[in-house]
Amino acid sequence: MSAVAFTGTSVMDIDAAKIRGAGSNVHFDKVSVAYGSHVVLHPLTLDIAPGEILAMIGPSGSGKTTALRAVAGFVRPASGRIRIGATDVTDLPPYERGLGMVVQNYALFPHMRVEDNVAFGLRAQGADKALIGERVKDALATVGMATFARRYPRELSGGQQQRVAIARALAVRPRVLLLDEPLSALDAQIRRNMVEEIARLHRSLPGLTILYVTHDQTEALTLADKIAIMRDGRVCSHGPTTELYRRPPNRFTAEFLGRANLLPVTVAEAVGSKGFATARHGDVVLTGAGRDEEAGDKSLLCIRPQHLSLTAGGEHTNRIVGTLREVHWQGELTHLVLDVDGTPVRVSATKLPVELPEPGAKVPLFFAPADTSLLPEDAGV
Amino acid sequence: MLVWSRPGRIVLWLLFALIFGVLFLAPLAVILLSSLADQWNGVLPNGLTTEHYTDVVQGQAWNAVKASLVTGFLASALALVSGTWAALALRVQGATLSTVLGLLFFIPSAVPSVSVGLGLLVAFSHPPLLLNGTIAIVMIAHFVLISAFTFGNVSAGLARLSPDFEQVASSLGARPAYRLWHVTLPLLAPYLVAAFGLSFALSMGELGATVMVYPPGWVTLPVSIFSLTDRGDIFAGAALTMILVAATLVLLLGLERVTKRATGA
Ligand SMILES: Nc1ncnc2c1ncn2[C@@H]1O[C@H](COP(=O)(O)OP(=O)(O)O)[C@@H](O)[C@H]1O
Ligand SMILES: [Mg+2]
Repeated sequence: MSAVAFTGTSVMDIDAAKIRGAGSNVHFDKVSVAYGSHVVLHPLTLDIAPGEILAMIGPSGSGKTTALRAVAGFVRPASGRIRIGATDVTDLPPYERGLGMVVQNYALFPHMRVEDNVAFGLRAQGADKALIGERVKDALATVGMATFARRYPRELSGGQQQRVAIARALAVRPRVLLLDEPLSALDAQIRRNMVEEIARLHRSLPGLTILYVTHDQTEALTLADKIAIMRDGRVCSHGPTTELYRRPPNRFTAEFLGRANLLPVTVAEAVGSKGFATARHGDVVLTGAGRDEEAGDKSLLCIRPQHLSLTAGGEHTNRIVGTLREVHWQGELTHLVLDVDGTPVRVSATKLPVELPEPGAKVPLFFAPADTSLLPEDAGV
Repeated sequence: MLVWSRPGRIVLWLLFALIFGVLFLAPLAVILLSSLADQWNGVLPNGLTTEHYTDVVQGQAWNAVKASLVTGFLASALALVSGTWAALALRVQGATLSTVLGLLFFIPSAVPSVSVGLGLLVAFSHPPLLLNGTIAIVMIAHFVLISAFTFGNVSAGLARLSPDFEQVASSLGARPAYRLWHVTLPLLAPYLVAAFGLSFALSMGELGATVMVYPPGWVTLPVSIFSLTDRGDIFAGAALTMILVAATLVLLLGLERVTKRATGA
């Protein structure tokens, strides 16, 4: 409640808040959501630290929006509690939660100019005029839209509208910023720029806690401190972005977050003190980074396409041989598809040998044990 | 069914012109001609005159126009407020309740308006609900008949409104009343104006119920037209009809301009 009481806040406090960082943590405590008898969110326990960007990513219908809307207060949990900072917000109406929300189709109020859209939250909360003027200017400057203050939303491009929508959410100095697929309606080029801008925005407002829902792994990998991967209403993995990418705990995570080659292997020698295990793929013995694999375990060896090399050397002590099937040249990258004993293996290479092998040729591939990860073989979670 | 060939399109246009001409324009043209007719014995009037207009203007025309406009305005305003209120209230109810109540709203449209008038007459003829012979009962009759249309129009508008607008407003700290006033109603404005225009037009042309309940001294345009033609004064009735058509048109055009300015379209 305190977050929406602006009476007495002066312009001085704003800058202080900016430096200090106004972010709070968000805590899901066994939150479940059901529509009738259809459970769309199974008891979810998750914490977003103050100032953290958590990307919630998963296929369509996996419950991401539902989780976000539960925080915003538009979906009532069937069980569990949601806390923002020290406040249990589970029973609070949306307008008392002190959040900012940005949705896919911007939802700018079409009958208001840009500046009035951005001022909306503060006016609704009864902030005083001087403060509103200052905040609106500040928020529009933050997203680089200061010169568009007098325009109507229909006079802006999609990217500009989304910036205004972000400014509108920032102007209320939310404790938490909720973004639901904010870039999905934009085309690829603008989307890339906006991802970078949101990253920059977060650097300038380091205290702001952000829940970023998307189905786009690039956005998640670029922006997020941590990622939660959703599948069928459950979090199937959650962790720091790079760790989740480098050491995916399961097959779904490996395949959803970037491209992954998964070679079926049998663990030959349990994980040693350095964290590596040896495993057999047919007759080939490979070394991979493991967790708690025991000898004899069926496992999958995950290798990212960019970590496979056509040339030996250095750390690349693992070697497999595949039959080249396809070559796709894409300018910056060349994608090769090979067949390794029935498993399709992709290679993304920036440098290729001068003489590219022909499709049908046997090609050796080299990779470093440190770039691999052993996963439990069971399909799915 | 799109028709692209040139002859095909010509045939379609002719068909459209025929239907539109025969069903809509011909009666109007006949009324216009009779309102200006001197005598009409053959296929066309024998001569033209503005005598009927001067007659009705000197007679009951202005009172009738006034009665119709005041009734239309008040009944439509009332219907707009209550129809909007009902649509907003029903939106937050369960689907079954809102379907049932929504249907109830439309029952008066399915009953002959004469019966609605009769019902009101009977219902309001005893104290404490003694409204017979008052202007209020005319307003009530019109209100009952047109509120279904305002309700329908506003409900349609609400259904098309993305919930995102209101949800974003709430999340930014807008309480329900503030949100209604600053987001929902402005976004509904085009539907509200359309609902008001439609109600007004319906009220301007309402006869069946009005005939049953109107008090002396509050004779609306359709009632005047009816009594003129009933007396055999066809030409005067036609002149008054043209005045009704003109008044309604001016009103609807005015409303359209207001909407355009309000929504900035
Ligand atoms: N209002 C609703 N009523 C019933 N089912 C819903 C409703 N909203 C969402 N769902 C269902 O909940 C599931 C999760 O939806 P959602 O959270 O929107 O997924 P995501 O955002 O990950 O695509 C889907 O199966 C969807 O059909
Ligand atoms: Mg979604």
